[in-house]
Amino acid sequence: MIRSSLLLAMLLIAGFAAADDDPALDDPALNQRYWALIREIRCPLCKNESIAESGAPIAADLRREVKRRLVGGASDEEIKEFLVERYGDFILYRTRFTPETWALWLGPFVFLAVGGFAFWRVLRVRRGQTLDDEPLDEGPPP
Amino acid sequence: MWKFAIPLVLLVVIGVFFYRGLKLDPSDVPSALLDRPIPEFSLPSLADPDRSIGSRDLKGKVTLLNVWATWCIECRHEHGYLLQLARMGVPIYGFNLKDDRASALDWLASLGNPYVATAVDADGTAALDWGITAAPETFLIGRDGKVLFKHISPMTAAVWQRDFLPVLERECTDADCPFLAAAGGK
Amino acid sequence: MIPELGQFALILAFCLALVQAVLPVAGAAVGKPEWMALARPAAAGQFVFVVIAFGVLEYAFLNDDFSVLFVAQHSNSALPIFYKFTAAWGGHEGSMLFWITMLAIWTVAVVAGSRSQPQEFASRVLGVLGIVSAGIIAFALFTSNPFTRLVPTPFDGADLNPLLQDPGMIIHPPTLYVGYVGMAVPFAFAVAALLTGKLDKNWAKWTRPWTVMAWVWLTAGITLGSWWSYYELGWGGWWAWDPVENSSFMPWLMATALLHSLAVTERRGIFKSWTVLLALSGFALSLLGTFLTRSPVLVSVHAFAADPARGMFILGLLGLYAGGALLLYALRASKLEAEGGFKEISRESFLLANNILLVIAAFAVLLGTLYPVFVDALAGKKVSVGAPVFDLFFLLPMLPLAVLIGMGMHSTWKMTAFGALARRLAWPAAISLVAGIAIPLALYEQASVLTIVSSVIGSWVCVTALLDPVSRFVRRHAAPLTRAQLGMCLAHLGVGVFILGVTFVSAYTVEKDVALRAGDRVEIGGYEVHLRDVRPVTGPNYTAEAGVFELSRHGKPITVVESQQRHYTVQQTDMTEAAIDTRVGRDVFIALSKDLGAGAWAVRLQVKPGIRFLWVGALLMALGGILAVTDRRYRQPVRAASAAPAATKPAAAA
Repeated sequence: MIRSSLLLAMLLIAGFAAADDDPALDDPALNQRYWALIREIRCPLCKNESIAESGAPIAADLRREVKRRLVGGASDEEIKEFLVERYGDFILYRTRFTPETWALWLGPFVFLAVGGFAFWRVLRVRRGQTLDDEPLDEGPPP
Repeated sequence: MWKFAIPLVLLVVIGVFFYRGLKLDPSDVPSALLDRPIPEFSLPSLADPDRSIGSRDLKGKVTLLNVWATWCIECRHEHGYLLQLARMGVPIYGFNLKDDRASALDWLASLGNPYVATAVDADGTAALDWGITAAPETFLIGRDGKVLFKHISPMTAAVWQRDFLPVLERECTDADCPFLAAAGGK
Repeated sequence: MIPELGQFALILAFCLALVQAVLPVAGAAVGKPEWMALARPAAAGQFVFVVIAFGVLEYAFLNDDFSVLFVAQHSNSALPIFYKFTAAWGGHEGSMLFWITMLAIWTVAVVAGSRSQPQEFASRVLGVLGIVSAGIIAFALFTSNPFTRLVPTPFDGADLNPLLQDPGMIIHPPTLYVGYVGMAVPFAFAVAALLTGKLDKNWAKWTRPWTVMAWVWLTAGITLGSWWSYYELGWGGWWAWDPVENSSFMPWLMATALLHSLAVTERRGIFKSWTVLLALSGFALSLLGTFLTRSPVLVSVHAFAADPARGMFILGLLGLYAGGALLLYALRASKLEAEGGFKEISRESFLLANNILLVIAAFAVLLGTLYPVFVDALAGKKVSVGAPVFDLFFLLPMLPLAVLIGMGMHSTWKMTAFGALARRLAWPAAISLVAGIAIPLALYEQASVLTIVSSVIGSWVCVTALLDPVSRFVRRHAAPLTRAQLGMCLAHLGVGVFILGVTFVSAYTVEKDVALRAGDRVEIGGYEVHLRDVRPVTGPNYTAEAGVFELSRHGKPITVVESQQRHYTVQQTDMTEAAIDTRVGRDVFIALSKDLGAGAWAVRLQVKPGIRFLWVGALLMALGGILAVTDRRYRQPVRAASAAPAATKPAAAA
């Protein structure tokens, strides 16, 4: 019930947000940066959608702000910093490297290292074993 | 052999986190402004557009800042409780978000006005500085002008008891919060 | 009265599942054939009652029985009959019943295929499936009963979520569920092997077709889901690394690793404990996905209504099934070790690398998906892990894997001479290098390094996959490829096509948000879009504004398409129906999104080259799987172990 009333509230809010979508950016390079940025910014109100995808009013406000700052000459990093100041790290889909997230960023590299080591060990063991103790089944390979 | 037990250990670790995770609310994101000074702002007052309300009005005392709008249904639900808090002497400032002035004035005239004063953010730009996502939201602001707590969704007696009072009891001296005893605190 | 019959049938199915869970396994343990013999009839009986329960739920939907809470929440008398039928799996409770129904179907299929297996083994397999089924039915009965009544009965229902009112929704979730649930079958085979303490090549031969079938359904389900979200969510994305998407993708990665590992186990009788572990993990990740989708642990766009009590129950089941199986694994797996050598360059070594890289990818996705929970639990902070992170994490193991595919396909078992492999692959390498560089540059004049690298790799996978079929066709070789070999080539071709599709759509998509009035024209990516008119439309349970767009290129009209902004009246929800013009090489995606007032509309325009390749590639993978599973050797009963003499000729490989 809570969820449905929240959803209803969100939808009703949505009806009031429409008027602030501006026209597209004329400069193609700026437009490309704009799209890349808004895909990496999480809508703080929604269920896991970027502000590029979301129809929530806050997403429209944030898009407008991003656009305004891009046109004003801000760098991508400055815009992200502006948003993190106000909405926290939660708003960035490209997780920042912080004391809390180093394990995330290093994880896959550790997996690769462990996997590589395992690969090397299995090869070393199997290389020494006899090739012919088990006959191959008749039939095609996979 | 011990290596065959690794998957089981991994599963147990993940399971423990899930068990913990079931008690956490992933959508309850604390305000990024917590324990930081409130943003500088200056917005026209709802009652008198020529007067402005700004950060200086919120400093030097413990206050609430309540984000509301007439298009927000949940705001109507919390309005009664805000009036109650105001009667207990809690100073509440209003933050009227992307609203129409006439309907906002109507709303206060017909439902009652719990606010010391209401700042009007017509296009939602100042709201971004506060990290506001929608209405209703309620900030608890300390004497030193720092954000002590933020609550998203309607204010209720339960929320006040559970989330606001403990912070107030920790942060307030008698001079800061003359309302504390009336509002249920120690 | 009739809904109570459904509930009663479900309770009976639960009792039969308990019989199927306990007696055959116990019978196999103490050697009582009459207990083991109960497995098949119990499974059949369970199937009948589960189907009755599901039929009753459908009956309630089709007859607008809003006295049933689940129907009242997910249907409406104005809902088209088609969607009334599919609404049965459009919410949590119904989709659990659907899960149970699918498991029952898989189980009777396993019963049908189990004739050639020893009774002891078949009983254990069916027993494990019974354990799984009993737990899930208990979950449905105790926490998510679809037959719960609603008093007082409402006059009408709350309607189905408009997102789900779409033909794609009829096939996408069922397909995915069949695959998800299908992972229970290799799981059951693996647990049975651990219980027996014996695992031979026949085991791999029995397990492999089931794994391939579950994998085919998973592949198709994920593909359909991606396609559905592309055209239905109204923003033109095809994969968002959402937790719910990830939770279907991780079992897929495990299943893919499993079917390659099974190839080694079937042919060489090695990697046994590893294969078993993959089979266990595949199903464990399916359950984990079920947990993530139905508990409030993570925030997702697609999640069902979150309920901690349900989350706790599924967590308990996950602990019981995955924990129990992995405990058994920890105790028994060392018995499955087998000798069998191979050299550094051999088919085995490539398949080993394939497995390691796929598992790394699955772990990386798992890490990214769960990391927000870790940080919240340990540091009390909220962070997001989104597409930019996952893209990197996924590419890291997958790009090397794609390079290895081409070599693995053409290597031989036990050992491969480096020189022979290099000679065989020199031409394909040259062709893909030239094509991979030339095609993007010729079409788009510019390309980033990553674009070039992945287009070369995509071409490489395509060319090496086509090498055998084409050369046999050209040279009229004596031995035609078997279906298994053709299936492998087709699936790998699908991988290559998919890589090319992703490369092009990521590198060369052009997108714009514009404000248009009727009569306005706008240019995008070499196309002109003309908004002719916006007119009101009325549907059965919605009202809409329809934008009529004329699409042309260099002044020549191509087509006229219509995009709608719908308002569903019962649920008070707005939905965008995108207009998509599809050609082989590209999609033009037009979505009429918001009324900006004064006759102007916000319109989202995208030109997406290569997007079809991505789904075509994925479907080729699924087709390859279907082809492989119909191979002659799976249609024959398993021969006695001693019959086949050693035939070391590397068939397709040479």
